Order: sequence, then C-alpha cells, then structure tokens
Amino acid sequence: MKILLIDDSKTMRNIQKSVLKQLGYTEIEEACDGQDALSKIGAFKPDLCLVDWNMPIMDGLTFVTTFRQTDKTTPLIMVTTEAEKSRVIQAIKAGVNNYVVKPFTPDLLSERITETLAKCSVGS
Amino acid sequence: MDANMITPFVNSIQNVFSTMFQLPVEIGDPRIKSDRKATHDVSGIIGVSGEMVGTIVLSMPSAAAQSIVTLFTGTEFAVESDDFADAVGELVNMISGNAKAEFQRKGVSITCPSVVIGENHTIAVQSGTPCVLIPCTTDCGEVVLEVAIREAEVEAAAA
Repeated sequence: MKILLIDDSKTMRNIQKSVLKQLGYTEIEEACDGQDALSKIGAFKPDLCLVDWNMPIMDGLTFVTTFRQTDKTTPLIMVTTEAEKSRVIQAIKAGVNNYVVKPFTPDLLSERITETLAKCSVGS
Repeated sequence: MDANMITPFVNSIQNVFSTMFQLPVEIGDPRIKSDRKATHDVSGIIGVSGEMVGTIVLSMPSAAAQSIVTLFTGTEFAVESDDFADAVGELVNMISGNAKAEFQRKGVSITCPSVVIGENHTIAVQSGTPCVLIPCTTDCGEVVLEVAIREAEVEAAAA
C-alpha cells in the first residue's frame, strides 16, 4: 500500500506519517504542494493520497481537480482546516472520497483512512 | 469589535490545543491592543481576505513556544530551526481555519502562515482595524492570540 502525503507543513506530514505507520503503512511519499504531488504521482503510483487544501504554488482543490481528469479511482482524503460545509461540498464535487478537518485526533484520522480504503476496496 | 468575532477564536485555540496535544487553555479577559509591537518574541501570522479582512497572530514567548511545539511534534526543536517555524505556522493555521469555519461564510479565505521570531519585532496591521488581544494561560506558559479582523468594505459598484 503506497500512500502520498501532500501538505506544505512538514509538521503535519510527520503527524500523518506516524498515524500511518501505526496502521502498518510504511511505503510513504511526501509532496509539499499540488504541483510537487503531480510531479511525483506518475512514478510513485500511490494507492491513497492525503491532501491539504491551503498550500502555496498549487492548492489541494486544484490538485484534486487536475488529478481526477486522468485518475477517477485512486482514493483521495482531504485533510484541512477548511471546515465550512460549502468547502466540504466543493471538495467532494471535485472528487475527494473523504474529508478530515484539522485539528484531528490520531484515532479519527485512522478511522477515516480505514473507512476510505474499505469503501474504495483498496487491498492492503 | 463585535464579541461574536472573538468567540470563534477562543473556542478554536482551546479546541486545537486540546485535540492535538491535550493542553488545556484558560482564557483571560480580552482587551484592545493599541501598539504594533509584538507581545512576545515568536509570532505565527495568518492573513484573512474576502468578506472579512485582517490578521491573526499567535504570539508566544520562546520558552512557552518551545514547550508547545515539543508537545505538538513530539520532538524538541531549536527556536531558530525551520521545523520549529513550520510547527508554529501550522498551529496558527489550524486556529485560524477552525475559527473561520464558525463564521460560516463562503467568501473568507486565509493565507498560508508566516512566522517571525525575534525580540521586539513589530507587525503591521491594516490601519483602522482594532486588534483584540486574547490572553491564554497554559501549563507551558502564557501565550496570546491577537485578532485584528473586520468586515470588508463593500467595493464601489462598477461604473
């Protein structure tokens, strides 16, 4: 199971990485914005992406929209401080499979990851 | 400034600190801050634009900031390090984003965070925007949240 973490904050990527490692996922790649993610995604071929919304250069929503033009199936979870209902709807319309609002507990992030992978039938 | 604009930030700092690293925050009496001098030597800064405009600053003394960052990241970073600044930026990002959600307006955006470290720095805010200082007591020390936001003025109608 290969997971791509897309967040401009190294702190947040490290927190997510530690939750993923506790879940047994160790094949993790990191990207610091949407453009960086798009440049890595072809070679890494992730089975799941965790995407922040507010990032410099290319934000998460633009990444999701761009990515979904060519890949309709890889599960995407938006992990963001953007908590308004309108934002959640916007992200789902763009193609995210699940949504986690920061701040989150490790348990909540674990739950959402497990739930998303089960829903999208991605084997571990 | 309307108290309704301050409550979301009070709720948000308590929520972020308790959810991310189980640190209770006791809120003191908010007051108007009249000078631009940073309250403490570590400032995490977020800009607000759209239907509301202004600046949100999480200001912390170095020692308190170091303790909080250690709780948050699980690692002790030097105040001068990029990792320390990144963690402070992420904290103010979460506090601002969480508070913004309580306003439930479609047209409010926040910028990516900036972090300034150093004694006696000043932070320029838009003139005419009152800044409310919210004192917060934690087991790691005193920190403050400075909220200088207002409703955006309606743009002149296009000719």
